[in-house]
Amino acid sequence: MFETFQLLTLQQYWWIIISILGAALVFLMFVQGGQMLIYNLGKTKTERSMIINSLGRKWELTFTTLVTFGGAFFASFPLFYSTSFGGAYWVWMIILFAFIIQAISYEFRAKENNFLSARTYEVFLFINGAVGTILIGTAVGTFFNGAMFSVDKANIAQVFDSAISRWQTPFHGLEAVLTFHNVALGLAIFFLSRVLGVLYIVNTIDDEAISQRATKQLLYNAIPFLVFFLYFVIALLLKKGFAYDPVNGIVFMEKFKYLNNLIQMPIVMIMFLAGVVLVLVGIARYYFNKKTNSFWFAGGGTFLTAFSLFLIAGLNNTPYYPSLFNLQHSLTIQNSSSSHYTLTAMGYVSLFVPVVIAYIYVVWRAINNKRIDKSELDEDIHVY
Amino acid sequence: MTEAFDFSLIDWSRGQFALTAMYHWIFVPLTLGLGFIIAIMESIYVKTGDPAWKRITKFWMTIFGINFAIGVATGIILEFEFGTNWSNYSWFVGDIFGAPLAIEGIMAFFLETTFIAVMFFGWNKVSKGFHLLSTWLVAFGASLSALWILVANAWMQMPVGMKFNPDTARNEMVNFWEVLFSPMAMSKFTHTISSSYLLGAIVVIGISAWFLLKKRHQVFAKRSIVVAAVFGLVTSAFTVLTGDFSAKVIAKNQPMKFAAFEGLYHGQRGAPLVAIGVVSTSPSDPENENIKDFVFKIEIPNFLSYMAFSDFNAFIPGVKDLMEGNEEHGIMPAAEKISKGKLAIDALAEYKQAKAAGNMAKQAEAQQILEENFEYFGYGYFGTNPDHLVPNVPLTFYSFHIMVALGFWFLLFFAIVLVLVYRERISNARFWLIMAIVNIPLAYLASQSGWVTAEMGRQPWVIQDLMPTMTAVSHLDSNAVITTFILFAVVFTTLLIAELKIMFKTIKNGPKTEGGN
Repeated sequence: MFETFQLLTLQQYWWIIISILGAALVFLMFVQGGQMLIYNLGKTKTERSMIINSLGRKWELTFTTLVTFGGAFFASFPLFYSTSFGGAYWVWMIILFAFIIQAISYEFRAKENNFLSARTYEVFLFINGAVGTILIGTAVGTFFNGAMFSVDKANIAQVFDSAISRWQTPFHGLEAVLTFHNVALGLAIFFLSRVLGVLYIVNTIDDEAISQRATKQLLYNAIPFLVFFLYFVIALLLKKGFAYDPVNGIVFMEKFKYLNNLIQMPIVMIMFLAGVVLVLVGIARYYFNKKTNSFWFAGGGTFLTAFSLFLIAGLNNTPYYPSLFNLQHSLTIQNSSSSHYTLTAMGYVSLFVPVVIAYIYVVWRAINNKRIDKSELDEDIHVY
Repeated sequence: MTEAFDFSLIDWSRGQFALTAMYHWIFVPLTLGLGFIIAIMESIYVKTGDPAWKRITKFWMTIFGINFAIGVATGIILEFEFGTNWSNYSWFVGDIFGAPLAIEGIMAFFLETTFIAVMFFGWNKVSKGFHLLSTWLVAFGASLSALWILVANAWMQMPVGMKFNPDTARNEMVNFWEVLFSPMAMSKFTHTISSSYLLGAIVVIGISAWFLLKKRHQVFAKRSIVVAAVFGLVTSAFTVLTGDFSAKVIAKNQPMKFAAFEGLYHGQRGAPLVAIGVVSTSPSDPENENIKDFVFKIEIPNFLSYMAFSDFNAFIPGVKDLMEGNEEHGIMPAAEKISKGKLAIDALAEYKQAKAAGNMAKQAEAQQILEENFEYFGYGYFGTNPDHLVPNVPLTFYSFHIMVALGFWFLLFFAIVLVLVYRERISNARFWLIMAIVNIPLAYLASQSGWVTAEMGRQPWVIQDLMPTMTAVSHLDSNAVITTFILFAVVFTTLLIAELKIMFKTIKNGPKTEGGN
C-alpha cells in the first residue's frame, strides 16, 4: 500500500503521525501537571500517597510517548533530529535531566532506605513537571518562531570540519526564552498540564477533601492557561509566518501564514476550534457541576488542539523548523525527511499504532475501573 | 594529520555515551532476565494455586520494579544522545538507524510499559489469566525492545541493506529485511539477551543463597533457586553457542576487532587461542601505543582458527596484516584504503560542485568514482598514518577474555547448583552458597566486559569502514560536553547508590511471611 504513495504523501503522512504523537504527549502531560499539585491538593500523607499512586500508574505512558516521539522523529525526519538535538543542546539536556529524575521518583519515593528521602523525590517530581512542560512548550514554540542554525549537507566532504548542522549562537537553544511567544506556549502548556492534572486526579481519586481543593486549583490554573494560550494563538494567527515554494523549495515570509493554513485546511480548523471548545467545556463541567469525567473532555480537547497546531506548523508548504540564521536553511517535511523506502517501511510499522492504542485502552479501563480511595493503599499491591 | 580534529570534544562525547551506556547496562540485563523468571514463577502459581508461589513472584517483581525504573531513566538519555552528541551520525545514517529506534518505541516499549501497570497494580483488578498474560507480555516486550536496539547497534558494526545517496549526502535504506536479519544482528541479539537471562538467573540464585546462609525464607529460596538454575543452565548453554556464532560473524566482518580480541599481531594459519595472557604495559611498536606484546601467555594450538572459521588450519589476519596488507591472502593495506577513501570524499565534493554548476558530465564522472570507492569512504578521514585504525588491543583482549571465561564458569556453576538441588544438599553447601553471592558482581563484570569488547573493539569506527567516531560528533564546544558528562556522572551515581540501598533493604526484609496473601 505505502509503496504506491508519492514521496510527498509519505512525508505528509509521517508529519501527521509525528503530530499525533506530539499531541498525545501534550495530553499525557497531565502526569507532569499532577506532580506539581501534590502538595496543593494533598494536605495529609495519605492524600499525597493517593495522588502519587494515581499518577504513578500512568507516568510510564508519558515517558514512553516521549521516547516514541523522539524515535519516530529520528526515523522520519532525521535532519531535525541532528539539527535540533545536536544544536539546541542545553534545552534538550535540561529536559532529559528532568525526565531522569522523574523515572525513579515514583519507584523510590516510598521505599525504605531510599537515600534521598521521600521529600526529595517529591521535589524531583515537581521539577520534572515544571521544567518538562515549560521547556518542551518553549522548544515547540521554535517551530513557529525559528531558531539560529545552519545546515549544509556538503560539509560531510570537508575532512576536518564535517558537521552538517551547526548552531549559530553560543547559548545552544537557551536563547529561545528571549522570544516571548515561545515562552507563552511553554507557560500555556505548563498551566494546561496543571488543569489536566487536577481533572485527572478527581477522575481517579475518591476523596472529598481533595475534590474541594481541586475546584480552587482548577480556577487558579485555568485562568493563566487561558491568558497565555489566547496570547499565543492570537499572536500566531496574526504574525508573519514561514512558507516555502513547493517547486523550488525557496523559503519566504508570508503574512498571516498560520491563519492561512487554518483557512486552507478547514478540517484542521474545525479540529482546532472543537479542541478549544472541549477544553473549555471540560474545565466548566468540573468547576460548575463537579463532573468527574470532565478530564476526558479537556483531555480530548487538548489532543485535538495540539494536533492542529502541529499540523499547521508543518503542512501546507510550511517550514516546521525555520532557520533565523539563513531562511533557506529552514527544515521542511520535504528537505529533512527519510527516503521513500524508509518512510514506506515505517508506514507499515505505523499500522501498529491503533493496536497500541487499543491495548492501552483495555489496560487503562482494567486498572482505573475503580477510583482510588484510602483503603486501596492498604491492599497487598505495589504501592508507590 | 588527525590532530586537526577536536579530540577533547570527541573523547568527552565518547566518554558521556559510554558512561550512559554502561550505567544503562547495569540495570537492563537484570530486567530482561528477571522478567522471564518472574513469568515462569507466576505460571507455576497459576498452575498449582499455591500461594507460596505468589509470594515468591511478588518479591522478585519488587526487585524488577526497582531496576526497571532506573533502566528506563538511563535508556531515554541514550536515545536522545544520538542527536545531541552525534548529530552528524544522525544525518549520515538516520535513514536506516532511526527506524529500529522508532519501531522499538511503537512495538516494544509501549507493550512493556502498558502491561507493567497490570503486573504491579492488577493483582486484585484483573483475572489470574490476564495478569499472567501481562507478566509474560512485559518479559516479551523487554526482549523485543532489546531486539530493535541491537539491530540498530549491529548495523553500525556491519552496515548492510543500504546505498549512499550523494544528493542527500547520507546512506539510505534499500532493504529492511537485510538490516533486520543480518548475521551480525542475529548474533548480537541472541548473544546479548541470552547473557542477560543468565545474569538474571545468577542474581536470583545469589540472593536466594544469602537467605539460605541466613536460614531465612528457606522454602522461598530453594524454589527460587530451582527455577533460576534451570533457566540459567539453558540460557548459559545458549550464550556459549551464540557467543561462538558471534565470533564467526566478527571474524568475517570485523577482522581488526577479532585480532584485537586475541592480541594477534601477526596473522597465521592454524592460529592459537590465548587461554590466559598478560599484556605488556609498554607499547612494542613505538609508533602505535595500542600495540603491546604479551609478557606471558598460555595458548591452545589452532583453536582460534577453528573458532573463527570452523577450520583448524584457517588463516587469521593479525593487526599487522590488516595495517600493512597481505597479498597472499588478499588483504589490502590500510594506506591504500585511506587513498580510496579520500578519492570517495573528494568525488562527493566534486559531485556537489558539479551539480550546483549544472555540469551533468562531471557530476556523472564524480558519482562513478564515489561509487567505486565508497566502501572505503570512512578511511578518507584519516591522515597518512594508518595507526589510528587500531583499537585499544589490551583493553579489548582483557574484556573479551573476562567475558568468555566467566561465561563458561557460569555454565558450570548452574550445573553444580542443579546437582546440589537434586541431591537436596543445597541448603548445607556453604561454599557454593557463598560462590553464588560472589557470582553476582562477576555476572555484572562479564556483562559490562561484553559491551567493552564490542564497542572498544570496533574503534575507531562508529559505522564500520564508513564513518569514524571523530566525524560523527556534534558541532559543540567541548566544555558543554564536559559539563553534562560531570552532571550525568553525579546524577547516575547518586541514583545507583539510592537503588542499591533500596535493593539491599528490600532483600533484607525478604518476601512477605507465610500467611500473608
